[in-house]
Amino acid sequence: MKHIKTIIDKEWAEVFKNRMVLFTMIFMPLIFTILPLAMLYFTGQGMDEMAAASTADVPVEFLSVCTGDMTGGECMQIYVVNQFLLMFMMLPVIIPVTIAAYSIVGEKATHSLEPLLATPVTTFELLAGKSLAAALPAIIVGWVSFGVFLLALPLIGVSQVVIGYIAGPTWLLAILVAGPLMAIAAVNFAIYISSRVNDPRVAEQISVLLVVPILGLIFAQLAGMIVINLLVMLSFIGGMILVDIGMIYLGATIFQREKILTRWK
Amino acid sequence: MIESKGLTKIFEIKKGADILAVQDLTLSVPEGEVFGFLGPNGAGKTTTVRMLTSLIGPTSGSAWVNRFQVGVDDQEIRRSVGVLTESPGLYERLSARKNLTIYANLYDVGDVDGQVGKYLHMLGLWSRRDDPAGSFSKGMRQKLAIARALLHEPKVLFLDEPTSGLDPEAARLVRAFIEQLRGQGRTIFLCTHNLNEADRLCDRIGIFKSHLIEIDTPENLRKKLYGRKVVFHLRELNPAWLDPIRALPGIQDIECVGQKLVVAMDDPERMNPEIIRLLVDSGADILFVGELRHSLEEIYIQTMQENQEAEAGA
Repeated sequence: MKHIKTIIDKEWAEVFKNRMVLFTMIFMPLIFTILPLAMLYFTGQGMDEMAAASTADVPVEFLSVCTGDMTGGECMQIYVVNQFLLMFMMLPVIIPVTIAAYSIVGEKATHSLEPLLATPVTTFELLAGKSLAAALPAIIVGWVSFGVFLLALPLIGVSQVVIGYIAGPTWLLAILVAGPLMAIAAVNFAIYISSRVNDPRVAEQISVLLVVPILGLIFAQLAGMIVINLLVMLSFIGGMILVDIGMIYLGATIFQREKILTRWK
Repeated sequence: MIESKGLTKIFEIKKGADILAVQDLTLSVPEGEVFGFLGPNGAGKTTTVRMLTSLIGPTSGSAWVNRFQVGVDDQEIRRSVGVLTESPGLYERLSARKNLTIYANLYDVGDVDGQVGKYLHMLGLWSRRDDPAGSFSKGMRQKLAIARALLHEPKVLFLDEPTSGLDPEAARLVRAFIEQLRGQGRTIFLCTHNLNEADRLCDRIGIFKSHLIEIDTPENLRKKLYGRKVVFHLRELNPAWLDPIRALPGIQDIECVGQKLVVAMDDPERMNPEIIRLLVDSGADILFVGELRHSLEEIYIQTMQENQEAEAGA
């Protein structure tokens, strides 16, 4: 445990001195928190008119989310804010990928992996330390951003019905369960990419491809092909567990002393 | 302290295209010895160090370091040896102190601050302890990497090109420090291209190119390749003086080079007084007497050439 803690400490001490990583860690969550709040605030300004609107203004595929006592305006707000749920889910992918790309490929580039591998630290400790160092900030940032978002909702006049939906099981599962699962997949994918490239920027760019499936979900929802509801979220979590198992296996296969020293390019 | 028997490493690059990096390496380095491991680039020296430090596994053969077996007690080996890799590999954004603190924790050092402070002082880096390692000169980085290898007080040290790329002053400091370590009774496995350094620091050397070509003390290798030669600097040389000397038992060869007489012999300590007596009795004025010492570079090049010829012949 002490070794894992030391690896995390080392990673954070080094990575957080990198402006690019800091920028990603601060700027992206800010944008992803402010944007839905702004959307809710501005849609809330026209609430009187929206209250008069009927659920006929909401895409028909989304109506299943709008339960009995919701006004058309509230249903529209939930429809709008639901797009941002998927953006919140991008945070645990983008942040760990940035950290892992710099922490592993950067270490390769400065030849500091060999002395590190020559210490008594086990491969498991090293992999766990590096993975946690990349995943934990992303998970924490995701949770904090969501917490700030939730706390700010009443301040901008969002109705209790909408707050109740956002603080409901679909969003909570997305942030508390799907987010960490995606972070784990992202870190292991970054480790795999790290074994193939020598430039942290290339590793980051390739690893960020992981957001493509999330973008796919956003567009599918916008196009009315799917609606992110509890069932979809549970299925997504189930799928992510399988992806994580595969990714952890892949990461552990790649992240072995001899392979790193003799086969990593 | 370091033992290997038939240690072999084959890298499979592609299916059917194998590279034999280390072949059948058998050696024994006793406790407290400074062993020089010499060979050209790509000879397999780094692969050997990596096997002996349990970074990579051998394809066949076995090795023991500090009585721990490679491939079996890998954690214990890594815990008990210090490694200076070819490239310092420091965390450049972190301070010298932070770099060492991280490694002290990974090596489970008891008194982390004490050990870090001790080696920062010892290697003259204390005044720069809070500066990022990236701002250090090449010599300072190398010293910091040496400190990192010593934090856990290992009995066995593997130093891969410790003075490579350093300016003469920095290289001298590093060599002096290695001599200091030798004085502490540590076993040092030194890979170097600097043959003067190896000659000065090493008790024994191994000349290696995928396999061990020669292993002995520098003096014995000199003797083996060139015998021992003594140069007698004379005011004037009379060829008639040569025959009585040649007739002495133990004399292998005599040659005249200007006013100098170069005598190859088995045992100069025993033969020199007799030769001097003969020369003086013959009326020679002896100006100086000295042993002709071949450099390790000459020994190395000669050995490699002989090996190349032997391989070509085979």
